[in-house]
Amino acid sequence: MEQSRPLWDNPLQFVFACISYAVGLGNVWRFPYLCQMYGGGGFLVPYFIMLIVEGMPLLYLELAVGQRMRQGSIGAWRTISPYLSGVGIASVVVSFFLSMYYNVINAWAFWYLFHSFQDPLPWANCPMNRNYTGYMEECEKASSTQYFWYRETLNISPSIEEHGSIQWEQAVCLILAWLVVYLCILRGTESTGKVVYVTASLPYLVLLIYLIRGLTLHGAVNGLVYMFTPKLEQLANPKAWINAATQIFFSLGLGFGSLIAFASYNEPNNNCERHAMIVSLINSATSIFASIVTFSIYGFKATFNYEDCVSKVILLLTNTFDLEEGFLTADNLEAMKNYLTSTYPNEYTELLPQIKNCSLEAELDTAVQGTGLAFIVYSEAIKNMEVSQLYSVLYFFMLLLLGIGSMLGNTTAILTPLTDSKFISTHLPKEAISGIVCFVNCIVGLIFTMEAGNYWFDIFNDYAATLSLLLIVLVETISVCYVYGLRRFEKDLHVMTGHKPSWYWKIMWAFASPVLIVSLFVFYLTDYILTGTLKYQAWDATQGQLVTKDYPSYALAVIGLLVAASTMCIPLAALIIFIMKRLRRESISTVA
Amino acid sequence: FTGLKYLFRAMVAFAMRRYSSKETTQISNVLLCNVTDRVSFWFVVADSSKNVTTIPRKNVEAAIRMNRNRINSAFLLNDDTLQFLKISSTLSPPIEPSLPIWLIVFGSVLCLILGGIVFLIVSGIRQRQKKNQASAEAENLEDKHETIVTTENGIPCDTLDFKAGHINGVYAAADDERFTPL
Repeated sequence: MEQSRPLWDNPLQFVFACISYAVGLGNVWRFPYLCQMYGGGGFLVPYFIMLIVEGMPLLYLELAVGQRMRQGSIGAWRTISPYLSGVGIASVVVSFFLSMYYNVINAWAFWYLFHSFQDPLPWANCPMNRNYTGYMEECEKASSTQYFWYRETLNISPSIEEHGSIQWEQAVCLILAWLVVYLCILRGTESTGKVVYVTASLPYLVLLIYLIRGLTLHGAVNGLVYMFTPKLEQLANPKAWINAATQIFFSLGLGFGSLIAFASYNEPNNNCERHAMIVSLINSATSIFASIVTFSIYGFKATFNYEDCVSKVILLLTNTFDLEEGFLTADNLEAMKNYLTSTYPNEYTELLPQIKNCSLEAELDTAVQGTGLAFIVYSEAIKNMEVSQLYSVLYFFMLLLLGIGSMLGNTTAILTPLTDSKFISTHLPKEAISGIVCFVNCIVGLIFTMEAGNYWFDIFNDYAATLSLLLIVLVETISVCYVYGLRRFEKDLHVMTGHKPSWYWKIMWAFASPVLIVSLFVFYLTDYILTGTLKYQAWDATQGQLVTKDYPSYALAVIGLLVAASTMCIPLAALIIFIMKRLRRESISTVA
Repeated sequence: FTGLKYLFRAMVAFAMRRYSSKETTQISNVLLCNVTDRVSFWFVVADSSKNVTTIPRKNVEAAIRMNRNRINSAFLLNDDTLQFLKISSTLSPPIEPSLPIWLIVFGSVLCLILGGIVFLIVSGIRQRQKKNQASAEAENLEDKHETIVTTENGIPCDTLDFKAGHINGVYAAADDERFTPL
């Protein structure tokens, strides 16, 4: 008796699973940065064009392939053509790399979440040094939030060569994060389907709370105005278009095999066209929503720091010249500075190096992305709000939900091909396979909890997935259009959704998207080649800031291995299948 | 402002009395000079027993240090807003709880998650045992009922039943390599 494939309980679970996977940390910490760098409101133009040209067609393609083939990535591509099983294998390898390092972010989110239950928040103040005479030197040079991130969370070493030991606190949080992921994927779609109701919808609730809180903060308007004023001249900058394309591409999570895996658990007549459009639109809308929240928080933080700076200057001047309290205010500061320069020229020139030029623009200009934004900038803003513990808990809980939602997709991409394979699923039950995958990932992930772990994290984050994904999706698109045949695919879609795909989809699949991906690929390669040696940012504890260093040779070797391990699967698998078929044909011919 | 000056002189006198445990210092012994608009001034404590001498700086400093908290509270200010130049404030030692709070939260979440995992695994095993029992019973009934899933060329029929019989999925799937070409 054939065992039927487990299915989603209803199409809503499938849509929620895709949303939960696609809406991840990148929407919160990468899109606002890009928006700021490439022209504010004007960046939305290339973003939406790329969404329509690249995002929706490729998403529809992957979902349709998964739903039609009803197998994980390896099986699906093997069904299209045995030579293409390498594409599936490459997807699984990339997903494996991603799940290794991505869960470390969840571990950090757990760490911050657990530390949010204190009053005052531990990153609000600098800790004292050993003999209680003053504050820690590193904390004085940097800020208390930076100190908490680099020293108390990561305990980062000065360079990637110095490994240090495994931080037990981080290791324990990582184990917890993997236990949570295991709990969610334990039963396959049965458990994942219930969990995604929570991971897809709760982040929006938290974002809404933050939106209301953010917009009512003092100075939020400054941030919003700064971000949304379109600088249309950036549209002429090719980097804006390239980054828009890259952001859409990676934000939707194409090429990892997760979307194929999710779609394979669908009913065969599910309307994946509509779902593809819904998911991509919701993903982009969430990015914009999150950037409104981020920029109101930026504005608040920048205004707070600016006013703090101004009041420090006022205090300094008042103390030096023994002026009356309230004589100097923020409004008359400039006029009074001139007055003081003229009346007490000598003392003023002595004081000049200590007087900082406070500028709101400069505060707003500090554009940050990635873990720096999430764990340093945001926590700095949160510590200045009232009831900061509540907002801190909400915020890190939201980060956790987003991160775990994406992890569910990644692990499903690894597990579905494994459970599809008859050999493995007959010998081991589902729970054991998931357990082994989580365990292996957890052990490897302990590397990222060492003192130099954050540098390795950056290596994986920057290089493990970028080039390989572009290649994988390119091969996917070309093979569906030209190897499987666009006409056959059209007929399959007609059977599944009830109507033929319009000419728009066909043109995008056959021409526009492959051309776009090839150009992105070329751009990335030339960028790598032109920059010469790769560099990274290391934290210098003595100066209290980041410095740029070169990667040592073994780190470069690891980078090369990462990229090669996934990309080489495609040609290697094709070669091996070719050789095996040749041998089989020869043995048949000798027998005959 | 004169009221506050009087309060300050009273506090300094009190501090000196507590420090030296002598009851000799009077408010009139504390003198303020160079009072500026900025509310800053110099002060000295005169020695009432010996005329025209001031109590050495070290003693005054020690006295103020000992009673700093009270002086601050009297003015409803703190170390940042009421500054004694050249008397550095000692920082209060941090409150170290016996068990770091984060471990407590971590422990509770960990127990919850482990409980959930164990529950799911155990219920999964029990479900499978029940299914094995049920299929063992079903095998005894197979002679009487046909419970075999009807298949067509190796594909279960229910997956081919698109659009309630209007479209025969077998022909749509006929392009698959599994079948002999028509």
